[in-house]
Amino acid sequence: MHINVFDHYHEQTTAVHRLDPRVKVVVVVLFILSNALLPDGVWLAYALMGLLIWLAARAANLSMGFLVKRSLIVLPFLLAAITIPFTLPGTTILTFHVGQHALSMSDAGLIRFISIMVRSWLSVLAAIGLTATTPFPDLLHALRHLHVPRVLIAIISFMYRYLFVLADEALRLLRARESRSARSLAGKGGGSIWWRAQVAGSMIGQLLLRSLERSDRVYNAMLARGYRGELLTMTTHEMTSRDWWVGATAVTLLLLIQVGGHTFL
Amino acid sequence: MPIQHLTDSIPATNGRQPTLLVQDLAFHYPDGHEALKGVSLQVAPGEKVALVGPNGAGKSTLMLHLNGLLQGKGVVAVSGLPVEKQNLPLIRSKVGIVFQNPDDQLFSPTVFEDVAFGPLHMGLPEADVRARVARALAQVGMAGFEQRLSHHLSLGQKKRVAIATVLSMDPEILVLDEPSAGLDPRSRRALINLLRDLPQTMLVSTHDMMLVYELFPRTVIMDEGVVVADGATQELLHDAALLEAHGLERPYLVTVTTAG
Repeated sequence: MHINVFDHYHEQTTAVHRLDPRVKVVVVVLFILSNALLPDGVWLAYALMGLLIWLAARAANLSMGFLVKRSLIVLPFLLAAITIPFTLPGTTILTFHVGQHALSMSDAGLIRFISIMVRSWLSVLAAIGLTATTPFPDLLHALRHLHVPRVLIAIISFMYRYLFVLADEALRLLRARESRSARSLAGKGGGSIWWRAQVAGSMIGQLLLRSLERSDRVYNAMLARGYRGELLTMTTHEMTSRDWWVGATAVTLLLLIQVGGHTFL
Repeated sequence: MPIQHLTDSIPATNGRQPTLLVQDLAFHYPDGHEALKGVSLQVAPGEKVALVGPNGAGKSTLMLHLNGLLQGKGVVAVSGLPVEKQNLPLIRSKVGIVFQNPDDQLFSPTVFEDVAFGPLHMGLPEADVRARVARALAQVGMAGFEQRLSHHLSLGQKKRVAIATVLSMDPEILVLDEPSAGLDPRSRRALINLLRDLPQTMLVSTHDMMLVYELFPRTVIMDEGVVVADGATQELLHDAALLEAHGLERPYLVTVTTAG
C-alpha cells in the first residue's frame, strides 16, 4: 500500500534537474519574495515573472498544464483576500445589495485583489516547479547548507518520512470501517449522523494515539543508534561554475523586473 | 511443575567474557505491570541464540534493556561493560538492535542517510562513514539503493535495510525483534540466508519456529517475564510438553522428520 500523492518529484535529467538544489531554493525563495514586493497593477512585470516560470518549465521539460493543475489546490486559500475589494477606499465601481446593507467594490480594491491573486499564484507555480525538479532529500540538504536551523529541518524531514506512514495508517482505518459498514436486508444501514460523527471522531483519536506510540518507537530506534540530542547528517553537494552562473543570472533578472516594476511600469 | 533446566544448560564460555550477560533482571512498567521477573541469560561470542515465547512474555522488554533504553533492577553487561548511564554511547555501538517494524527503524528520507545515521553519531569521519554504508548495504544485498526513498521499498527490502542500519555500526551483538514477521516466502528465505551468513553474535526474538530450527543451535524460551528453558534447539523442539506449556508449537516438519 503506497500513497504517493505527496511525491511531486518528476525523475528527469534536464539542466534544471541537475542544478545544485541550493541555487534552486535560493532562486525560488527570491522569486517569491520579489513577487510579494512588486507593487499592485504592474501587469507587465507580472507577465515577465510568468515568462520566467514558463522558460524554467520548458528547460525542465515540465508541461505548464502540469504546473497549473497542481497549483489549483491552493486557489481556495487565495479567497482569504476576498474582502479587499470591499474594504479598500477608492472609486466605487459596483454595489451589491444584501437586504438593507450595501457592499460597494472599489476600483483600487479590485486591482489590489487581482494583483494579489496573480502574484500568489505565480509564487505557487514556482514552488511547484521547485519540488517537481528536486528530490525532497536534496531540498533538505539545500536547507542544511543554507544554515536553516537544524531542528526545523529535522521536523520537516520527519514530517516527510512519516506523512506516508500516517496516510497509509489512515487508509487502513478507513478500509476497516468500510468493510464493516454492512447493511442487512431488514435494517436501515448507516446509523445516525451523530453516531457516524462519533465513529469518525474515534478514528481521528486512534490515528493520533498510533502516531504518538510510533513516535516513541522511532525515538527508541534513534537512541539505539547513538542519537544524543543532535541530528547529524552528511551533505554531498558541490557548487559548479554553471550553478553560480545560473544563480547569478536568475537573481539579476529578478532584480531587473523588481526595479522595473517599481519605476517604469 | 514448571520446567527448569537453567544453570547446567548455559554453554561454557571457555573462560572468555560473555558477549551478553543478563543477571536477575527485573522490570515493571510505570503502570505496575511486571514485565521481567528476574531474567538471567548469557550469550557467548559468536553464538546465535533464538528467543521464543508467547506474546507478552517479556521478550521485547528484555531487548530494550540490552542497550539501556529501559533500565531495570539487576545486571546487564555487554562484553564485560555494564549497561549504565555513563557507558550508554559505547554500549549502543556494541549492541545493534533491529526493531520489529522497519517503519520505526528507518526514519530518514533516504536509505543512505538511515544507514549512515549510526556511524555518524559514533563520530566517525565522513570517508569512513561512506565505506561502512557501502559495506553494510552490500552485506544485506541492497547495494545501489543508497539514494532510494525508504517509503518506496518493499517490506522485505525495508527489513534488510533495517539490518544494514545497525551492521554499519559494526556491533558485537545483533539483537533482532521478529525479523521474519510479515515476510513472503521469498523475502523470508533471503532473510534466513542473510542471517546465516552474518558472522555476528545474535539474539533473535521470533515466533517463526521453522526459522529457529534452521538457524539457531540454541534456544531460550521466555514466559511471563522469566526464562523457562534454555538449551539446545534440537532438544527443546522435541520436548512437546515444554512447548505446549508455553503456548509454542513444534514445527510440523520437525515432527515429520523425527517420525521418519
